[in-house]
Amino acid sequence: MTSDEHKEGIRGMANPRRYGIERVAYLLMRLSGLGLLAYFVAHIYETSNILRGQVGWDEFLELTQTTEGHIFLTVVIGMCVFHTVNGVRVMLGHGGVGVGKPGRPDYPYDPASQNYRHKIGIYSAIVLAAAAMMYGLAVMFGE
Amino acid sequence: MRESTIMKIHYGTALAAVALVAVHILMRLTQGFAESLEYESVLANYKFIPYAIMLELILILLAVHGFNGLRVILIELKQGKMYEKAVSYGCFVAMIGLIVYGSRTIIMTNIGMI
Amino acid sequence: MAQVSSIAEEQTSTPISSSKSITLRIAKYNPKHDESSQFMEFSVPYEKWTTVLEAILEVKKHFDHSIAVRYSCRQATCGSCGMMINGKPKLACFTKISELNSNVITVEPMSNFPIIRDLAVKFEKLFDSHHKIKPYIIRDDSELESDEREFLQSPKEVEQYIQFANCIKCGLCNSACPTMATDSSFVGPQALAQAYRYVADSRDKGKDTRLKIIDESHGIWRCHFAGSCSQVCPKGVDPAMGIQLLRGYLLGFRS
Repeated sequence: MTSDEHKEGIRGMANPRRYGIERVAYLLMRLSGLGLLAYFVAHIYETSNILRGQVGWDEFLELTQTTEGHIFLTVVIGMCVFHTVNGVRVMLGHGGVGVGKPGRPDYPYDPASQNYRHKIGIYSAIVLAAAAMMYGLAVMFGE
Repeated sequence: MRESTIMKIHYGTALAAVALVAVHILMRLTQGFAESLEYESVLANYKFIPYAIMLELILILLAVHGFNGLRVILIELKQGKMYEKAVSYGCFVAMIGLIVYGSRTIIMTNIGMI
Repeated sequence: MAQVSSIAEEQTSTPISSSKSITLRIAKYNPKHDESSQFMEFSVPYEKWTTVLEAILEVKKHFDHSIAVRYSCRQATCGSCGMMINGKPKLACFTKISELNSNVITVEPMSNFPIIRDLAVKFEKLFDSHHKIKPYIIRDDSELESDEREFLQSPKEVEQYIQFANCIKCGLCNSACPTMATDSSFVGPQALAQAYRYVADSRDKGKDTRLKIIDESHGIWRCHFAGSCSQVCPKGVDPAMGIQLLRGYLLGFRS
């Protein structure tokens, strides 16, 4: 990408304010995907401590079973639920499900693909992620 | 490989992983979160062959899905023949590396090499 | 470079006589000798029906005739006057100042298009991508013999693609697309929607050819259904819908 192409760049791509909830969902999907990949790699490393025997496992568990560790895990739960629910919505959309039917457009040309079904899907993903985070907090701090 | 084949794998791994990760998380919750993370409990999980197979499947599915997702993001951020090749091979190598590293944990724990 | 001027005192052939006025900020940039773009500010009176293009032309007529702007039909048909208006891609001739609910209107060249000068951008890449997906009916018997009739279609068959045939190639969708913001090789929502327009046409036999063209690493799979393209389309084309329906063929949801 050269500067004379006048691309918006990462700042434009990651700006969620201009194009409604669909663009917010796009950004959250990316961020949660990257976050989950980072967590997955860390989780594989974390669980490999079992090869160090009980002492090694307990040592590592002590590091993660802290208030900060629980808050971090709550964020992971939120990312996981949002990425899953929104992912299913996006996958259905990619197959042409729920994107409306072609027809003669009338002014003011509200796009049929940006319909309530997909908006409900996005809001559901956010609400379910929040609910899962609260449940996660209750489970981890309730014990 | 055609991009459509790669993306079909991307969707397929996502759906399969959702089902298996749900089982994995439910196992933590049914046993009690703190108890399920105790050394003996985790060891018993790894030694139970169906569960170990499930962990191996989750490892493969999420590694394929995750690193392909990373490849997609990276090739959209910057372009160039060399860069895109490096990203594709880099993500593939990282994916294989993670699968090998995770499999080592699962297999060694399962057969009792601790 | 910035200057504040008042247009109200000027005598014009098409006067805008209003007590209401806005500040119009116009991005000035010549890639040949400017380091970066700078904004010039003008105070412009407006009526309820005054469009952004009319305001720019008033400024061009009375204050700075060097402002580069592309326009032609002034009725959202030619697709020439696409630009960023208060941060969003819009047609200047189709955007009324009164609808923007702002006392300051900032106009910049469309994002994701190389700048020629000021508000005028290059369309070569858009046209190249459009051409790449073969935007015409493909069939063996495309040449009509003298005793044959044209290819007939039922109204239902026409409805499958007519929406996408409304595309005026203004480039607003490409400017709003988050993938286009960083991916120089992406074919773009405009071309992908046009690929669907022809694939969905019952007269066309080029589906497999087009699907092969768009099934590559910077093709249809780089669309993530953010829908920004559809939100800015001034003709109701809804490229996001076309792209998802097109992808349905590749995923086996449609045949």
